[in-house]
Amino acid sequence: MVPAAEHVRATVDLGALQQLIPLLESRGYQVVGPVLRDGAIVYDSLKKLEDLPAGWTDEQEPARYRLNQEKDGRLFGCGPGPQSWKKFLHPAAVRLFQIERQDGDVRIAEDSGPAPRYAFLGVRACELAAIEAQDRVLTAGPFADAIYRRRRNGLFIVAVNCTRAPATCFCASMGTGPRAREGFDLALTELNDHSAHLFVVDVGSPQGAEILREIGSRPASAELCRRADQAVERAAAQTRGIECDGLHDVVSENFDHPRWEETAGRCLACGNCTMVCPTCFCTSVEDSSDVDGSRAERWRRWDSCFTQAFSYIHGGSVRQSVKSRYRQWLMHKLAWWKDQFGGSGCVGCGRCITWCPAGIDITEEIRAVRERIPVKIQSEESDDGNA
Amino acid sequence: METLERIVAQHPFFEGLDPAYLKLLVGCASNVRFEAGAYLFRQGEEANQFYLLRQGRVALELYEPHAAPMTVETVEKDDVLGWSWLVAPHYWRCDGRAVEMIRAIALDGKCLREKCERNHDLGYELLGRVVRILEQRLQSTRMQLLDVYASHHR
Amino acid sequence: MPHTTVEEIERTTGVADPMLPHPYRVADVSKETHDTFTLVMEPESGDGLPGFAPGQFSMLYVFGVGELPISISGDPGQSGRLVYTIRSVGQATHSLVSRIPGDWVGVRGPFGTSWPVEAARGKDVLVIAGGIGLAPLRPVIYHVLRHRDDFVRLIILYGARTPHDLLFRKELTSWPHAPDTHVLTTVDYGGMSWHGRVGVVTTLFRHLRLHPDRTVAMICGPEIMMRYVVAELQQGRGLEPANIYLSMERNMKCGIGVCGHCQYGPFFICRDGPVFPYSRLRLFLERHEI
Repeated sequence: MVPAAEHVRATVDLGALQQLIPLLESRGYQVVGPVLRDGAIVYDSLKKLEDLPAGWTDEQEPARYRLNQEKDGRLFGCGPGPQSWKKFLHPAAVRLFQIERQDGDVRIAEDSGPAPRYAFLGVRACELAAIEAQDRVLTAGPFADAIYRRRRNGLFIVAVNCTRAPATCFCASMGTGPRAREGFDLALTELNDHSAHLFVVDVGSPQGAEILREIGSRPASAELCRRADQAVERAAAQTRGIECDGLHDVVSENFDHPRWEETAGRCLACGNCTMVCPTCFCTSVEDSSDVDGSRAERWRRWDSCFTQAFSYIHGGSVRQSVKSRYRQWLMHKLAWWKDQFGGSGCVGCGRCITWCPAGIDITEEIRAVRERIPVKIQSEESDDGNA
Repeated sequence: METLERIVAQHPFFEGLDPAYLKLLVGCASNVRFEAGAYLFRQGEEANQFYLLRQGRVALELYEPHAAPMTVETVEKDDVLGWSWLVAPHYWRCDGRAVEMIRAIALDGKCLREKCERNHDLGYELLGRVVRILEQRLQSTRMQLLDVYASHHR
Repeated sequence: MPHTTVEEIERTTGVADPMLPHPYRVADVSKETHDTFTLVMEPESGDGLPGFAPGQFSMLYVFGVGELPISISGDPGQSGRLVYTIRSVGQATHSLVSRIPGDWVGVRGPFGTSWPVEAARGKDVLVIAGGIGLAPLRPVIYHVLRHRDDFVRLIILYGARTPHDLLFRKELTSWPHAPDTHVLTTVDYGGMSWHGRVGVVTTLFRHLRLHPDRTVAMICGPEIMMRYVVAELQQGRGLEPANIYLSMERNMKCGIGVCGHCQYGPFFICRDGPVFPYSRLRLFLERHEI
């Protein structure tokens, strides 16, 4: 976790920002961030600012994702795409160890090569909250995930404050955005109008301050700060939301709510939501050996609670019906996560809404559950369901 | 007769029974004994006994052709045995084999039925106690049906 | 029982990553029943992994085949050796029970919460096991017998499918020789050569006089069986939910609370369990598909 520091505000123009990626590379970082590929914004290696999807924005609705070209040349005009930063910190496929056997002698070789040092460029506030949520899951328990910890420790984060929000976003209601408050080294608010293309920069750590010094910046004028704040305010005007007051209890006390049956009729159990969700962390392990049995490997891969096999024990799965699996995902995300790790598992990024082929909208699900329960179940205490 | 009354009164099945009823029932009672391996009753035989077990274990067996008899339940000291004396048609539904030497009180079924006909309050009291046993046995049997230890079972 | 931390494992074994198996060798394999075997394992070198508490489990890795969570069924007072009683029900368990002395097995752990042997001091210990469930409870029995004066009565109720499925037969006959120690067994299906009891394990309760305020019950078996035993104890005998403990089971892939598979409501069976007081599980035990 990057320690929160007094946010010094500066401005950097587009020309100066060109130095950022080469500078980070010279410090040994692999810079990754949003790029346009196959009609979507995904996260991949960045060599220069021109690799960013300049001038592109996105339209997102349940089961709908389209990219459009604007003329303003914004670098960070798109919202969250189908990928999240967990692909780097908690990789989809990673080898845990190799093991060799010879004449009865067995040797384990841990894959402990140097972990990649990443610099993330373009992390949204919701994504900062998601990284923090995964920090709790994977490093704060009695056992830490060694792979995540190694990748997380060296991480440099350049956050981006959203200045627009696709229709599926609901970070404002979850209290996770659109403004990035902590957990970053630098945070950029992009301003691009006819006069200039520049960035108001918040410094979030000593490492961030040092990088900013190398790039060179000017103190941000009050006018620019005001424009930056206004731009972020626009992103906060979101049409979707989850009422977080008493959310944990509303969800956890409605295990038998009739809504689950209805939603099960639409859900395909395809698991898209778990793949695109930035906080979903479930994995499975696979063992394989070569033909003569002298070498074996153990791999860890992403898994999804929507699969039939996920809950398999002696001859059957505990969660056989799609209803039980959808319910498990939602109740875990919005209620039991809090019991386990503190805070909410949902950061309001809206990806699950966009990428669900059936267009199931988690905000609508919660509204439906709330509307059909008697008032007395609503929690008395104020509980915004946030970290 | 007096000793028998005390033995019957002390059996857990009749715990808390009104002494007046006890006197009525004892008239149907006698002391019985079975050697280990003997059959107390066979499936299909006329059922006219209600046993209060005092010592030993009885195996309730079901027999199907081409297979060894399967014991579906055992009862022992402080348990009771038999309800077909109460429910028409009065035939034993399974075999009852003494696993070890049995000492018991046998209450004659016809005698009990006649007394219950004449005294419905006694009948209600007896029926209530038998139903409680039946309920426990039914529950246990249902759980046995689940075969929870089978390897395919969750 | 505090969790074993990465640091503790690192200190005792030099293994930093809790996902790496520690090398053990099979010292002995013995057959309990037609499908159940007991494996005794020793560390390949050094002291091995930290000692375990009754109820904890290990993740056992068979070269190139896979890894399974298996409860430790041995004596917690005998450090060094790790004992597992395993029923062969599928490919992975079959490969484990097929090990022969000298074979290499990777071990991770011990993981999970343990039976409340401390809370049961000065009380009656009521152990209720169904089928293979006697294996995770055997360490409790060993512990109580080793510290016999710390406890009042030890009552063991054990139900198996048939007489051929009874585990630890020699110990079942020797345990009652200890002071104030009672063993009652029963099977679901009996044959003519079986002179013992036939009936589900709850039928054994009618032979007991229990003092609910000074009894701690520990139950392990199929979940259905545990549910009806809990009902008998709580509603039939008046035991408080906080004095009834169960060992729960779910699919496990990591054993350390990060893969998500073993979740049971808000709990991770691998770290909030497998042993739970019933008071914690009340809301969940009756629910379907959870």
